[in-house]
Formats: sequence, C-alpha cells, structure tokens
Amino acid sequence: MEANLPAIWAALIGVSVVLYVIMDGFDLGVGILFPFTRDERERDQMMNSVAPFWDGNETWLVLGGGGLWVAFPAAYAIIMPALYVPIIVMLLALIFRGVAFEFRWAAKPDHSLWDIAFAGGSAVAAFAQGVVLGGLLNGITVENGAFAGGPFDWFSPFAIACGLGLVAGYALLGATWLNMRVSGDLEVRARRWAKTLLLVVLGFVLIVSVWTPLQYERIAARWFTWPNILYLSPVPVLTALLAAAVWTTLEKERPFAPFAGSVGLFVLSFFGLAVSQFPYLVPDQLTVFDAAAAPESQMFLLVGTLALLPVILGYTIFVYWTFRGRVRPGEGYH
Amino acid sequence: MDLDPVLLARIQFAFTISFHIIFPAFTIGLSAWIATLLGLSLWKRDPFYRDLAGFWTKIFAVSFAMGVVSGIVLTYQFGTNWSRFSLAVGNVVGPLIGYEVLTAFFLEASFLGIMLFGRDRVSPGLHFASAVIVAIGTVISAFWILSANSWMQFPTGHEIRDGIAYPVDWMQVIFSPTFPWRFAHMVIAAYITTGFVVLAVGARWWLRGKHVREAETMLRMALGILVVLTPLQLVVGDFHGLNTLEHQPAKIAGLEAHWENHGGSVPLVAFAIPDETAETNRFELAIPYLGSLILTHDLYGQIPGLKEFPRENRPPVLPIFVSFRVMVGIGLLMILLAVIGSVRWARGRLFQPGVVMRVFAMTWPLGFVAVLAGWITTEMGRQPWVVTGFLRTADAMSPIGATQILVSLVLFVLVYAAIFVSGGYYINRLLEKGPVPRGPDHDPRPLRPMSAAHDAGRVALHAGE
Ligand code: HDD
Ligand code: HEM
Ligand code: HEM
Repeated sequence: MEANLPAIWAALIGVSVVLYVIMDGFDLGVGILFPFTRDERERDQMMNSVAPFWDGNETWLVLGGGGLWVAFPAAYAIIMPALYVPIIVMLLALIFRGVAFEFRWAAKPDHSLWDIAFAGGSAVAAFAQGVVLGGLLNGITVENGAFAGGPFDWFSPFAIACGLGLVAGYALLGATWLNMRVSGDLEVRARRWAKTLLLVVLGFVLIVSVWTPLQYERIAARWFTWPNILYLSPVPVLTALLAAAVWTTLEKERPFAPFAGSVGLFVLSFFGLAVSQFPYLVPDQLTVFDAAAAPESQMFLLVGTLALLPVILGYTIFVYWTFRGRVRPGEGYH
Repeated sequence: MDLDPVLLARIQFAFTISFHIIFPAFTIGLSAWIATLLGLSLWKRDPFYRDLAGFWTKIFAVSFAMGVVSGIVLTYQFGTNWSRFSLAVGNVVGPLIGYEVLTAFFLEASFLGIMLFGRDRVSPGLHFASAVIVAIGTVISAFWILSANSWMQFPTGHEIRDGIAYPVDWMQVIFSPTFPWRFAHMVIAAYITTGFVVLAVGARWWLRGKHVREAETMLRMALGILVVLTPLQLVVGDFHGLNTLEHQPAKIAGLEAHWENHGGSVPLVAFAIPDETAETNRFELAIPYLGSLILTHDLYGQIPGLKEFPRENRPPVLPIFVSFRVMVGIGLLMILLAVIGSVRWARGRLFQPGVVMRVFAMTWPLGFVAVLAGWITTEMGRQPWVVTGFLRTADAMSPIGATQILVSLVLFVLVYAAIFVSGGYYINRLLEKGPVPRGPDHDPRPLRPMSAAHDAGRVALHAGE
C-alpha cells in the first residue's frame, strides 16, 4: 500500500484536475462567450445557467492545488514559484469573474463594467491555465530540489498555443452547456458557436499532438514504440469518433449529447497528456515518487478523501439536479 | 534594485490575508443569522422572517463572493511566495488544509447555490437546512485553518528530520495547545462582528423610520446575542492570553511592552511608546499590579521580560503593543454598548431616538477592526518565526526575486481596492434599499414562480430610484 500511495495520489489529483477542467471549464466558457451577444436578457440567461454552480466548480481548483501541496510538497514548491506569473494572473482573473456573479446583479442597471469583468476574467483565467499547463510541459529549471530559473521561463510559443487552445476548449464546453441549458434564440446561436469551436479545438489538439512528440524525445518514445503504439492507438481514433458525434448531435439539436461528447474530448486529451507525462510531475526532474509527501501524511488525507469524495459527489449531483432544466429568457434567480 | 524580497512577501501575505479575513469574519456570523431567521420563519409561520432572511442573503452573497476569491489566492500563495514553508511543513500543515477543502469548502460552496438561488426550487425545510449547512461549513472551515495556524504558533505532535517536519501524532497536531482558545475566540469574534453590523443597520433604519418592524427585530436580536457574547469574549480572550503566556512568552512580553522584571508585581502598561533600540518605554503610563493580575491571575505573578529573549528572537514590539490595545479597547467598548442597550431594552426604552440609537448606527466597523487588530497581534507576535522555534520567516520564502513579488503586490492592492470599494458600495446600496416583501400584489403571469421574484425585484429596483 505505502509504495502505491504516490501513484494513488497522482490519480486522485488527476481526477480532481479533470473534474475542475470540465466543471469550471463550462462556466468559464460561458463567460468567454459573453461578448458574443449584446442582449442583456440573453446575458442574464447565460449567467443564470451557471450561477448556482460556479463556486462548487471552482472548489476543485482548490482541491487540485491543495492536493498537490499535501501529496507532493516537493513538486508544489518547485512548480508554484516557476509558474508565478501565469498563476498570479489566473488568480487575479478568477477574482474578477467570481465577484462579477454577484456584483453584476447588485450593480444593475449600470452593470457593463461587470460584464467586462466576467468575460475578461473568464477568458484570461482560461488562457493562464493553459499557459500553466504548457509551461509545465516545457520543463522547469531545477537545482538542488528548488526552482532555479527566471520569472519568464515559462514563456514559449507552445505555452501560448496551450493557452489559446484551452480558451477555445472551455468555450466549446460553454457553448454545448448553453445548448443544453438555455432556450430561445440563444440556444440556436450556442449550437452555431459550438460547431465553429469544435473545429478550432480539433485544430489545437492536432497541433499539440504533433508538436509534443516532435519536441520531446521522451514523449515520442512513449507513444511511437512497440507495443505502446498498439495500446494507445485507440486514443486518436476515439477522439475523431467523438468529435464526429458532437458535430452530428449538434446538427440534430440534441440537448445533452454534444455536451457529453465535449466532456469526452477533454477527458481523452487529458488522458493523452497523462500518458505523455507519467510518472513525472516536473518533466525530466521529479517523479511522483521523488516528490511524495511523508506516507503518514498521504495516508492521513487519503482516508478522509476516500470517505468524503463520494459524499461530495453526492451533494454536487443533488445541487445540479435541483437546478436542472432550461433557463428561460427573462427568468432570474435574483 | 535593493528591495528585500522577504519583506515584500510578508507585506503581500499580510495584505491579502487581512483582506480575506474581513469576509469570513462577517460571513461566519451572517450565515448563522440567516439560518436563524429562516428557522424562525418556519417555526412562527411568518413570511416576515423569510423576507428578512432573503434580504440578508443578498448581502451575504456579495460578501461571500469576495471571501471565496480572496481565499483561493491564499492557498496558492503558500506555493508561489512561501515555497520553502510549503516544503518544510507540507507534511503537517498540508493535510489540515486538505481537510478544510474536503469537509468545509465543498459543503459551503455547494449548499450556497441552494441557499442563494433555491428559495423557489426546494421546500422551505430544505432551504433552511441549506442555510444551516452553510453556517456549519463556515465554522468547520475556521476549525481547520485555525488548527493549522495554531500549530504554527506552537507546534506539537511532529518530529523534524533534515529540516522537514513529519507528523507523529495527528491528534496533537490538530489540537495543539493554543488551538482551543484561538478557535473559540475567533468564532465568537465572527458572531460579534456580525452582531454589530446587524445592530447598526437596524439602528440606521429605525432612525429614518424605514422598515421599522425589521429594524426593531434586528436591534433586539442583535442585542440579545451581543450582551452574552461580548463579556464571554473578554473571558475567553483572558484565557487565550494565559495560554499564550505559557506557550509564547516572548509574544506576551512584546504585546505588553514588558522589558524586564524589577521584582514585586508587574504593572499594566496602559500607554507608552516602546523603543526597541533603547529597550525601554517612553511616555509610559502604567497601572500597578494590574499586569500581574490579568496575566497570571495573581497580584505578584511574574511574566518574562523582553530582555530575557535574545534580540533576534523578539517580535516587533510597537505594532503588537498598539494592535493589542486597539482590540481590547474595542472589546471593552463593545461590552459597554451591549450592556447599555440591554438595560434600556429591559426598561422598555430601547426604541427611542437619541444618542444611544445614533451611536448604535455607527458601530458596524467595530468588529472588523478588532478582528484585524487581533490577528496582527497574533501573527506579528509570532515573528521572527513562521513556525515557532522551527522555521524563521526569512527561511520560508520562495527562491524568487523582489520584482515579481512587488509587481504582484501592487496588482493585488489595486484589484482588491477596486473590488472592496465596489463591494462596499453595493452592500451599502442594498442596505439603503432594505428588504422587499414578496407580496402577491404584482403578479404578471409568470412562467414560473421564479420569474415573479425576478420581476418583483425589477419593479422594486426602479421604484427605489
Ligand atoms: C470581535 C473581535 C474581537 C474582540 C472584541 C476581542 N478579540 Fe482578541 N482576538 C480576536 C478578535 C477579538 C481575533 C481576531 O479573533 C484574534 C486573532 C487570533 C485569534 O485567535 O483571535 C484575537 C487574538 C487575541 C489574543 C492573542 C492570542 C495569541 O496571539 O496567541 C489575545 C491575548 C486576545 N485576543 C485577548 C482578547 C481580550 C482580553 C479581549 C477583551 C475584550 C479581546 N481579545 C477582544
Ligand atoms: C485570517 C486572519 C489572519 C490575519 C489577519 C493574518 C495576518 C498576518 C500578518 C499581519 C502577517 C505578517 C506578519 C509579519 O510578517 O510581520 C502574517 C504572516 C503570515 N501568516 Fe497570518 N494572519 C491570519 C491567519 C493566518 C493563518 C490561518 C495562517 C496559516 C494557516 C497564516 C499564516 C501566515 C504565514 C505563512 C505568514 C507569512 C510569514 C510571515 O510573514 O510571518 N496566517 N499574517
Ligand atoms: C482565521 C483565518 C481564516 C478563517 C476563519 C477562514 C475561514 C474561511 C471561510 C469561512 C471561508 C468561506 C466563506 C467566505 O470566504 O466568506 C473561507 C474561504 C476560503 N478560505 Fe479562508 N479562512 C481563514 C484563513 C485562510 C487562510 C490562511 C487560507 C489559506 C490557505 C484560506 C483559504 C480559503 C479559501 C481557498 C477559501 C475559498 C473556498 C471556497 O471556495 O469556498 N483561508 N475561509
């Protein structure tokens, strides 16, 4: 058991990152799409479709960050200072979009500033998260177990591409969410957005999939050697099938399937990244085994996590169930 | 550039956490207040309480949002600015924060949705239950974070190998000796803070003759709780101090500006300007015996003087000496206010215009100032350590340059200032507008019950302009 703790924790953090990306992904995506309609009632609808959930969604980010600290303090202590700039930018952006949920209503009728804060905060937070991912994949300069690089080491065309890709990806989640959760004109428009975004996202997935093995020997070796190539070949095939499914279900105006398909695309992309990286937390430097916290610490929190996660998932589902159904134009909670 | 990165990182942490604590200090109490009102509305079957709860829920939503976003910054700051701290104590403090996320944050954040938006989606019983769960969640949150903080004040239950702390006994880590008093003191502080806000808003409405029934209810309920909690806080604070004397004597010597013992009793320094280079107090005004009496509950009890600690282990004296007096001064003032109000209430003279009511209307900031002053005392009094006796603040920093800390600090100050001013403005505007009863009078054929609420809000909004 003790020997497997780091791998278990890596999996748990992976799960909470995936849950974060999907759940905050769709509400950040709704924010990213905000500027594409000018109609106040539509914007109200968009915001109301995510207002009861955003706080719970964002908590997965706290669990992901906190989990990394708890389970892998050595990695946390390297990654955070190395990615200082994008992380601070992300936090500042999340501040704006978080308070916008309440401030926008409180400010009515003069709420245009908080519309900007909501849309800008969502877009910048998504971009910064992509940059964090790209910066991490790029690698970090480490000496004596501590970060030893400069404040802008993370900057690279690849990181920027990851940032843009994530903005598009979240927007896709947001558009398919809206397709499911709003009605009227907006619903029709959301489907159009979703189709465009699907193509953009596939473009980014392609870029990253080609770029990473070309740039990193280790990733190429992971994917293109026998027998890995056999086991892993379903990943691109599934991605293509899912993308096609999202497209056709959008055509058929299905409410749930396009969202589920987009979530599937995210899960597959994440799986692809995990395959490329495991067991490294800091590429080429630190594996989950080197960075692990004391087993007694990992164990102590693991017990609680395994006991509480089902409960948390339970009441999360309950909240989503409570606020199920479409938000109609003119309908508000405030 | 010659800026000291450690100093900048300290200022940044102090600034962001001070900003954060303002909101939990308010929302811990406010959620309990809302839950109480919803409970009353169920019990008395009177929509009056439900509407009042609905009103405070809007205030709560705005404050909670600011608390949440500023809290997330803190979790990440441990890594960005204090990575050596994260590494050295991650094994011990990390899981406590982890449990806070698992047992409190998810609970609060999820049921918050129902509390804020679920009024027409779930039964009144479930709506009430959600408010209770949120209120409990905030206290659980305080439990874990204060457990972490108390361990940093006086660590127990761990062992140190190669400069890294490893847990040995989790019970001792969680319930370190300074924790019980700190937890009690903080939770009471939060309830008191909210109590004075409710009191002040009640007085403000009452004086203007607006929402009189609501105002009177708020005044009575606030006074009722304050007259119990403010004296209790004095007692708890006193024991908290005794506890600190036992575990962090340098902090007590610092906050009392007590340099050395001359035999006999220790006086209480009521006023002074402590001078750290000369190791003495200037302009001292001291009350004989009182220091011994308060700090040891014995007329001739001795407490260690600052000179008994090497200079490099002393906290900064002036700031904690002042902040401690601010907190205690406010605490005493609060007791006075609560007692005056209660006596007038008992004599049936509470609801009269006059000085008392006007003073009440101004008391809303008291709790916030006291909470901040108390935390400054606690945290600066722990200096030069982040974890007493184990990790010095200067050794806890990340290996990063001053510039990025400075730039991010400036950004935090700007952003927080903008958020704070706007949030304060909106809260004030909501308070001015007051509760809107959801009468059945205007009912423009709603799609669902919810849109009635929305339109009622709209109508009220325009009417209020
Ligand atoms: C409404 C807020 C409030 C009020 C009225 C008081 N306090 Fe307080 N005090 C706090 C809010 C607070 C706090 C912000 O919650 C602190 C900071 C850390 C902590 O645990 O509580 C604190 C810390 C704190 C400490 C520092 C302990 C340490 O650092 O180890 C002492 C000795 C006291 N308090 C004592 C008192 C006394 C004797 C009071 C007399 C009335 C008093 N407090 C009123
Ligand atoms: C919420 C109320 C709190 C306030 C207002 C507060 C205030 C402060 C202040 C003023 C400082 C700067 C002290 C100095 O450098 O001279 C500080 C430092 C610090 N505090 Fe707190 N604190 C609070 C709670 C906590 C908690 C709960 C924790 C940990 C779980 C914590 C951890 C730290 C750390 C790591 C530092 C940085 C190192 C240092 O400068 O000492 N604080 N805090
Ligand atoms: C005495 C000190 C503290 C208390 C009593 C406290 C309590 C709370 C409470 C009650 C909330 C939720 C409600 C609100 O913010 O209005 C909250 C939010 C939060 N706090 Fe603090 N906190 C303290 C200090 C800290 C510190 C030092 C950290 C850093 C680790 C922290 C991290 C957070 C985070 C991440 C959130 C947002 C969670 C969410 O999504 O709800 N808090 N805190």
